[in-house]
Amino acid sequence: MHVTSPVRTPLVTGGKTYADVTEDICRQVEGKPTREWLIAFGISVVVLIYGTACVFWTWWEGLGVWGLNKTVGWAWDITNFVWWVGIGHAGTLISAILLLFRMKYRTSINRAAEAMTIFAVICAASFILMHMGRPWLALWALPLPNTFGSLWVNFNSPLVWDVFAISTYFTVSLVFWYIGLVPDLATIRDRATSKVSRYIYGVFSLGWNGGAKTWARYEYISLILAGISTPLVLSVHTIVSMDFATSVIPGWHTTIFPPYFVAGAIFSGFAMVQNLMLITRVVFKLEDYITFEHIESMNKIITLTGSIVGIAYLTEFFIAWYSGVEYERYAFINRAFGPYWWAYWAMMTCNVISPQLFWSRRIRRSITWTFVLSVIVNIGMWFERFVIIVTSLHRDYLPSSWAMFSPTIFDISDYIFSFGLFFTLFLLFAKFLPVINMFEVKAVIKSSSEKLPKSVSGVAKGERVANPTFNKNAE
Amino acid sequence: MADLHNSKFLVGVYDDDDVVLKAVTEVKKAGVRIHEVYSPFPIHGLDVAIGHPRTRIGIAAFLFGLTGFLCMVALTLYTMKFDWPMIIGGKDPYALPAYIPVMFEFTVLFTALGMVGTFLVSNGLGPTVKPLMFDLRSTDNKFVLAIDLEKNKMSEAEITNVLRTSGAAEVNVKQF
Repeated sequence: MHVTSPVRTPLVTGGKTYADVTEDICRQVEGKPTREWLIAFGISVVVLIYGTACVFWTWWEGLGVWGLNKTVGWAWDITNFVWWVGIGHAGTLISAILLLFRMKYRTSINRAAEAMTIFAVICAASFILMHMGRPWLALWALPLPNTFGSLWVNFNSPLVWDVFAISTYFTVSLVFWYIGLVPDLATIRDRATSKVSRYIYGVFSLGWNGGAKTWARYEYISLILAGISTPLVLSVHTIVSMDFATSVIPGWHTTIFPPYFVAGAIFSGFAMVQNLMLITRVVFKLEDYITFEHIESMNKIITLTGSIVGIAYLTEFFIAWYSGVEYERYAFINRAFGPYWWAYWAMMTCNVISPQLFWSRRIRRSITWTFVLSVIVNIGMWFERFVIIVTSLHRDYLPSSWAMFSPTIFDISDYIFSFGLFFTLFLLFAKFLPVINMFEVKAVIKSSSEKLPKSVSGVAKGERVANPTFNKNAE
Repeated sequence: MADLHNSKFLVGVYDDDDVVLKAVTEVKKAGVRIHEVYSPFPIHGLDVAIGHPRTRIGIAAFLFGLTGFLCMVALTLYTMKFDWPMIIGGKDPYALPAYIPVMFEFTVLFTALGMVGTFLVSNGLGPTVKPLMFDLRSTDNKFVLAIDLEKNKMSEAEITNVLRTSGAAEVNVKQF
């Protein structure tokens, strides 16, 4: 039976019925694209085309078109890769960890967050391919028998762990997302009026009919997928951090990197979810589903993870001093007061100071503040990766090889490419697939709805009834 | 999927998930055998109320995970220990901690893919499958209780009466 504590605030407002949920979410899938969508899609595609041309030029000319030099051999490319992978983490976290914790507020945001994960990981992978310079040799990263004799990938290398981690993460996230979509695709299939959409949604809904046995098994596999995805989320960014941590470069070789990177990933991922959901709720008129409760809950996680990241920054500094290693000390002093001081302080301001504003309930529940601070967090997290990578490399052990890094037009354009790719994919998703998980919202609506709809139940707001009818067409 | 060619069903359409959950018990008590209940979202306890056995898909998931783990143990052992051993810093070429990340990833990958594959096969789901729909509204806002008339001794009128009493808003006949 549906019982909830009266102290809980509603997650779905507007007295929605089951039929309303279907109607509201399917509207943008079944209707013609809106003007806002067309404009946004047009801009994204133009950016994507420009970016793709630049990426191909990068491959044609070679990585020399980037601003890298002998000292700073990694810069924007890896910064972008780590940043995008980090952004991807929120989706699986919302789907998996919040599912295990039985957090009902995830139901309205999990679908879009999972989609964001998939697209962010695609963007991250594109930087790996770009960084290879010769992407047609990407197969060499896999342990495949080859014509070179006993030449295998080196399983001792964190870069090989990355290949396994990212590809597993992408595959499992895709499966999780798609399996979550199947019941909703069946809903769209059964409502479809045109033959083409009935056929397409029919193929992708895999013949789903919502039988009790199927649902029982479905819930079971969702739980196991959540259970295995939770350590997967943690492992992926831990492994990404080991790309740095297992080296001997001052500023990289630290044991705090795995938890610190994971917290940072969740931090930036939630910020990106906020940005996307705030736009989506307005454009698709989903204010009743993505409420202030959702926004506030996510802001609380941003504050928590932002604080963890802040503590990690301070711990790094302390350990650099406490280690007594002069190279390590220099690396950190150089970060804060060296030539890249502006990047360091931008990072500190955006990541440590700005999310603390969320301690104020008014700011936490403000759409404008949330949007602006989420953008700032994402900028800050990009700077964090930049600071870690470039400031550690540009001053190495030999002062004679010290150098600076400046991005070229191709560094910048390849980054812009990833935005074009991400937003094109996200907009296509928002148009052709339900952005909110309909069946999960329906499952929690009774216990989380603002009120029982009087029009169908005949009872006043707040009054509890034994057998409420959540159907518009009920007698 | 069972062959339902020429089968005649009585379909009780309910407006509410709590009502259908209660109805299942009542219908069973009246001696009617339920074919299946279809709903737009999972209803906790429904499968138990109908009498479906507990799923064993978790066992399959474990076995797939174990297979993934063993595959990676075998691959790392073969490549790093036997086919091309490299002694770095005087250490054993099979430095186990270094291989834990890839072993973990393979375990998760095999578990996820194997379990979802098992789920699709055991439920007869696939891109070319034509769904068996008793009422198209069961993926929207209705809860549908299907009864195979051939598998029940009671008459159509009697079962209709049972369904009506249990709270069905509509009772329809569906022939496959």
